[in-house]
Amino acid sequence: MKKDEVPQDDANMLEGKFKVVKYALNEKGEFEKVPSVGWEPENVALSQAWDVINEKVEAARQQVLKGAASPLLFHMEKNMMDVVLLAKYMDLPTGKVKRHLEPDGFVQLDSILLAQYAEVLLITVEELKRVPA
Amino acid sequence: MIRPDVTIPFDHQQSAHCETGVISNLMRFHGLPVSEPMAFGIGSGLFYSHMPFLKMNGIPVTSYRILPGWIFGRFTKKLGIAIKRMKFRDPKAAMDELDRVLAQGLPVGMLTSVFYLPYLPKAFRFHFNGHNIVVFGKEGDEYLVSDPVMDGTTRIHRTALIRARFAKGMPNIKGSMYYPTSVPTDADIRKAAIRGLRRTARDMSTTPLPMFGTKGISYLAGKLRKYEQKLGERDARLALGNLIRMQEEIGTGGAGFRFIFAAFLMETANLLDRADLRVHALTMNRIGDLWRDFAYEAGRLCKGRAEAHITFPYLADKLEAIGKEETTFFKELHAVSKTL
Repeated sequence: MKKDEVPQDDANMLEGKFKVVKYALNEKGEFEKVPSVGWEPENVALSQAWDVINEKVEAARQQVLKGAASPLLFHMEKNMMDVVLLAKYMDLPTGKVKRHLEPDGFVQLDSILLAQYAEVLLITVEELKRVPA
Repeated sequence: MIRPDVTIPFDHQQSAHCETGVISNLMRFHGLPVSEPMAFGIGSGLFYSHMPFLKMNGIPVTSYRILPGWIFGRFTKKLGIAIKRMKFRDPKAAMDELDRVLAQGLPVGMLTSVFYLPYLPKAFRFHFNGHNIVVFGKEGDEYLVSDPVMDGTTRIHRTALIRARFAKGMPNIKGSMYYPTSVPTDADIRKAAIRGLRRTARDMSTTPLPMFGTKGISYLAGKLRKYEQKLGERDARLALGNLIRMQEEIGTGGAGFRFIFAAFLMETANLLDRADLRVHALTMNRIGDLWRDFAYEAGRLCKGRAEAHITFPYLADKLEAIGKEETTFFKELHAVSKTL
């Protein structure tokens, strides 16, 4: 890739925080670091990955609203975790976490575990108990 | 224990890839200036593998480099650099040790999870626990951070840094930190570059299994050809998108590290005054462009915006062609490397 071919397709993926660098050939025939705000295929692939995550989060939210799952499911998906990872963070057996993903299991949680879940999921206990309407 | 504020004069330079960026920045601090491409080449970072048996989120892993951490290992070994590495059970102990080393005036490299680094753009924050950064000071509850993929330095709160250092999952990083304890500033870079180059050329051209080295490229091409029949349209597009991300996303410098490698070949050519290596650097750059063409058309197909002729078999043909080019290229490079 030549220096003037380094793509600058901005899809605001970097939120204007910084530019990434790519290595490209300059006029002198040497490689140098060239800043880039992004490239179309990268942007497509990245937003595709986010679409999948957002679909999962929304599906979880619907489950919670239907009463088929506890709010924990929504917040777990929102943190891009699965049961195995969440159980590791909680230092609990996966079976227990699965139980807490059900509405019945969730209401039985004591304040200590609720606080621990909230901390792991980077929210308050109040937020943990509900999902956005 | 409360330790006073400390700011170590650390020359942060932006890089394409975190591991090689940290190597380059740390080495410069310790009096051994090495560019990022040189660090990548000496550490024999370039590789190729497509492993259908190893899946992440249900998608087979494709990699354009050796395993995380290995570039560092190979680099330090080749140049006789001593590194102190530590892991911790207890976050407090991990932070105390960080403070202790900082107080000695030494910048500290560490593994973090990008998901827990609040200063990074949200779109890049996945649960990836292999991101290397350098901490070079602290002010009150904040630590001064040199994150190699960023253009400037930044800061992170102690609580956030603890989260990032103790992320769980694959791998469990356990507050892993490291810093050089002895760096020979008269180390023979030329010799190390030659050895690094030889290793990459050898591994790319002679690894016997079909999924590794240049063979892996046509191996993936064969799989890609049947993606749509096998996985259905949606999953085939997801797998293709994943391929683009592994190849192009933040960290590879473009074309799955091929451009960084080309820059390494060019620098080595200049260092050894070998015109033939310059030609190889330019060829690698051209092959990098082929990878980019592939990603560009793959992106169109992912988005459902492709012209009718861009299909999975069409992309597989492109990949097959790249595989052939790289096979020839690395065979030649392997032969040349024996004459260096």
